[in-house]
Amino acid sequence: MTLIYPKSSNAAHPAYDFGGYRSTGKRHPLKPLIIMPHTLSELTGPVYGHDAVRDNEFDLTKQHLGEPLGERIVVAGRVLDEDGRPQPNTLIEIWQANACGRYVHGVDQHPAPLDPNFTGAGRAVTDADGRYKFVTIKPGAYPWGNHHNAWRPNHIHFSLFGPSFLSRIVTQMYFPGDPLFPFDPIFNSITDAKVRDRMVCRFDLGTTVPDWALGYQFDIVLRGRTATPTEEPHDE
Amino acid sequence: MSETREKPAGITPSQTVGPYFAYGLTPRQEYAWRDAFDTPVATADTDGTRIRIIGAVLDGDGKPVPDAMIEIWQADATGRYAHPRDDRGRANSAFKGFGRCGADKTGSFAFDTIKPGGVPGPGGKVQAPHIVVCLFARGMLRHLYTRLYFPDDAATHATDSVLALVPTDRRATLIAERDGDVYRFDIRIQGDSETVFFDL
Repeated sequence: MTLIYPKSSNAAHPAYDFGGYRSTGKRHPLKPLIIMPHTLSELTGPVYGHDAVRDNEFDLTKQHLGEPLGERIVVAGRVLDEDGRPQPNTLIEIWQANACGRYVHGVDQHPAPLDPNFTGAGRAVTDADGRYKFVTIKPGAYPWGNHHNAWRPNHIHFSLFGPSFLSRIVTQMYFPGDPLFPFDPIFNSITDAKVRDRMVCRFDLGTTVPDWALGYQFDIVLRGRTATPTEEPHDE
Repeated sequence: MSETREKPAGITPSQTVGPYFAYGLTPRQEYAWRDAFDTPVATADTDGTRIRIIGAVLDGDGKPVPDAMIEIWQADATGRYAHPRDDRGRANSAFKGFGRCGADKTGSFAFDTIKPGGVPGPGGKVQAPHIVVCLFARGMLRHLYTRLYFPDDAATHATDSVLALVPTDRRATLIAERDGDVYRFDIRIQGDSETVFFDL
């Protein structure tokens, strides 16, 4: 099976320059990107499977002596390619703020308490059906300096590799119905509401564990689809 | 492949890595979380010429970008990738060909690796030795891809099919500067000598 990576799929991504998010101003290329064919260098990519992850790393509530404060949640889902084919053995890395909206990162000066029982980083590898699961604490909203009274909606950062360096993605998972959505330029840098919604997890009673934690489902779709004779010309 | 499956409407879009990724993605000694990836990139049993790659990420004002993350992907010294799609046999040793480094306060990064060999390119031609470089940063909603080439391979640069796509006056931004075993590769996001980035 040969995967191809149509460039048209990139239309889902935000522009490099998005005025509402001030920091993009000095951090986006001004000259045109050079269009090039995909060679073996792009069609391959780092292979990290179960050897890269330890058993307990999917559970962010069990990395310290005590339990972290906040609302315990389960975030689970599947990693798929553009044809809906499950992506097994794919490394997922996450990081997030604690329940108070504070990151462990030394640069975060938001005057909200750190939680000695919560670092906020986790890793998992998808199983044979492309499924993953994290146990964590629902992250809090937090202010940032982009504009007056700017607050980020609750979110968890996700980083994935997938089958090649072209399927590499860093994104953010948001929670349904967040009242901060209309005010957040990072979320709204995806201008198509239907595409934006792909970043919002859904509450799922089936994932919810009785008497213990609410559950959310979040599927991630990576670049890559099966080459067939009717597809656009082969990229190699 | 007779299973039925729902075809997704499209890919999950990118969002910025933000300013706080370090404890999750590049924790090293700073945070109570282990690194998932080996540093250095070259393992003890890797064949090839040991090199060090250094550089800095600079923004449109020429200021360092301290909250950047740089990833590299490369072939081994024989030009093979440690990936199932490279069907010429596995790359030698435990060498995985991948490296990740968070920029420091001066926007600087470093990788200890080996010099890659030439890899197959379009039309059956060998590409000049190169490393694929991926840049993430706060203020970047989507990562950028570029390539690092080596100044010692000038002869193969003339026939490289990817370099041929780059205007001649911009090619120098893709070629590292050599000082012994150290290659310097600065990444300028904007400006007169803006690094060439690729639309992949």
